[in-house]
Amino acid sequence: MTLLLAAFDPPYWLSTVIKVLVVSAVVPTTALILGMVFLFKVMSWMQSRLGPQEAGPRGTLQLLADGVKFLQKEDLMPNGADKFVFRAAPIVVLVSTLLVYVAIPASPNLVVEDLDTGIFFVLAVSSLSVIGVLMAGWASANKYSLIGALRAAGQLIAYELPLVLAVVGVVIQAGTLSLNGIVFAQADGEIFGWGGIGNPFILTQFVGFVIFLAAVQAELTQPPFDMPVAESEIVGGYQVEYSGFRFLLFFLAEFATAFAFAAIASVLFLGGWAVPWLSTSSDWYYVLGPIVLFAKVMLVSFIIFWVRFTYPRFREDQLQSFAWKVLIPISLVNILVTGVLKVVL
Amino acid sequence: MTAISERDQLAYIASQAADARVNVELETEGMTLNLGPQHPATHGTLRIVAKLDGEEIITAEPIPGYMHRGYEKLTEVRTYPQVTALINRIDWLGSFANEVPFILAAEKLMEVEAPPQAQHIRTILFELARIANISLFLGDFGLQLGAMTMGFYAFRDREHVLNQIEAATGGRFHPNFDRIGGLKDDLPKGWIAETKAAMARLRAFCDETETLMMGNEIFQARTRGIGIIPADIALSYGLSGANLRGSGVDWDLRRDACPPGLAYDQADWKVWTHPDGDCYARTWVRLQETREATLIVDQLLDSLPGGPVMAKVPRIIKVPEGEAYVETENPLGAMGYYVVSKGDLVPFRVKIRTPSFNNISIVPWVARGVYVPDLISILGSLYFILGDIDR
Repeated sequence: MTLLLAAFDPPYWLSTVIKVLVVSAVVPTTALILGMVFLFKVMSWMQSRLGPQEAGPRGTLQLLADGVKFLQKEDLMPNGADKFVFRAAPIVVLVSTLLVYVAIPASPNLVVEDLDTGIFFVLAVSSLSVIGVLMAGWASANKYSLIGALRAAGQLIAYELPLVLAVVGVVIQAGTLSLNGIVFAQADGEIFGWGGIGNPFILTQFVGFVIFLAAVQAELTQPPFDMPVAESEIVGGYQVEYSGFRFLLFFLAEFATAFAFAAIASVLFLGGWAVPWLSTSSDWYYVLGPIVLFAKVMLVSFIIFWVRFTYPRFREDQLQSFAWKVLIPISLVNILVTGVLKVVL
Repeated sequence: MTAISERDQLAYIASQAADARVNVELETEGMTLNLGPQHPATHGTLRIVAKLDGEEIITAEPIPGYMHRGYEKLTEVRTYPQVTALINRIDWLGSFANEVPFILAAEKLMEVEAPPQAQHIRTILFELARIANISLFLGDFGLQLGAMTMGFYAFRDREHVLNQIEAATGGRFHPNFDRIGGLKDDLPKGWIAETKAAMARLRAFCDETETLMMGNEIFQARTRGIGIIPADIALSYGLSGANLRGSGVDWDLRRDACPPGLAYDQADWKVWTHPDGDCYARTWVRLQETREATLIVDQLLDSLPGGPVMAKVPRIIKVPEGEAYVETENPLGAMGYYVVSKGDLVPFRVKIRTPSFNNISIVPWVARGVYVPDLISILGSLYFILGDIDR
């Protein structure tokens, strides 16, 4: 495999172009198609919906039917809308998601750009979507959209903190900000001197993992933290005025972000592309890495969507007090304990 | 002495003025938000004009009437048997229950009584309508609060009830099965066993709802202590049904004032009340009521007396002169028909009292000072059906 890559040695600009094309097309598309087929099935099974179980062979055509349905719909824009901002908003949201994929490693070399500040970059870029949401809500010239956008702003700012604080524990333990470095630290790590399965940080950072997943739910604006959308209260919030393909962009961004965050969670806490017992220098990871990562991503996103289909929605003030009074203190204590143990051990 | 107190007074006034200035500076601009006429939380075309300060509601005023259908007038140009087909559609989720009070009022005027078998079956179908209605409420309330799965579960399990109603009457939503003096038909073969299985399934649904929805901490945080209606307020606004029993008033027309022609005294059952009067209490009462209704159906199925289902009534029904008012405990509360007859083929005047209108009349009282999401849970738990309001 390494020989194959050595034989095909493109110039820097060409490899960059290839990488950009791959990340902007292949990664989200595969993640979406496989994930949505998988999650459509899970969802329909959990909620006893019939469409994704019966449309086409084993329900696989439901996705296609939904896509066609979205494309057929009329492209509406309110009269009072700020047209440029209104059009740009879904693109901003989608781009912030695509940028996250840039830094996610699928094997030692299979990464678009192995940034030294990988996790920092990922968290910074993922919070760009708030701006897109605010743009959408403000430009729609609709009171429901406005309420939704303001709720989204409050919520995403409140949950950015526990998200970052949950990651700090991992960073302290791994001693690096690089996502690949974190994977190496887990694969080569040991728990109290025993290195049998490395040290997947979910064992030592379980609190951080739980907080991270809770914050991810909020970041994705999905139940139990879906107040910005809240179809039964504010009729879709910042998405009210979006129809057809523009709505599809929001929808795709939501799913793609779910996968991006599931990938980050599996890199940070579940050992990423690495398997215990197989040395990280093995050539097998060119093939095995993406598969292992994908399996872990599926596992984490299953948990994310399981919560989504089970829980009712919080109220906005309950959400804020949950973030500020519960999640942030716990994650601060977690950081403290991690730091002390890191120095002591 | 006076000087000091004046100085104190001046300081006090100055501090008050400073406070007032701060309040004016912090005051946010009010906003009028129209919920509806097309809004998921209004169960149809109801408009609620809410004046908001931020997300807090200052006033909320329901404006019904977007789908006025003029049932009371339409009944005056239809013969008595034809009226049932029409009034099926008032509360479209528990349609059989709408027929019963009208038929009972007509029977009262004609001084006929349905045979015992018909009374039993009528009561069974009445309770099936109640189960179909309230099980959908439970799912819908979950939907309102964002628990999407509950909605789908409710639709799935309501099918079992609708199938039984269809098997017995031929109509899933509009049975049109009641006749003056009895019922159109006897029960079909094998219906009793199937219905018992369906009731067992519904009881499982109730258990599921209790754990998945009522037991959920977020659900309780969203409903407990929200939209509290004290018993005296509930009575003064004329609430009925589970909304009243959720406020702790032990009043059920099925037990307290059951009109002749229904067989509720043949079964052993209980009226559930909850003292809290909040959204949780109302939902809890409805859940218990659904479970109790399945037990009533089971008991009545066991004690079917047999015999004819139709009393002797003339082929062409002319109701003798007079007036009658019959009220029954429908899924949403007390529903009554005031029928005035001049001895014709058609009623001279029909006045319909439906529970939903009173149920939403309390919205302005209960929605003051709550948040928008709380208004949604209040509207959901008060449970009204637009057809019932705009009849």
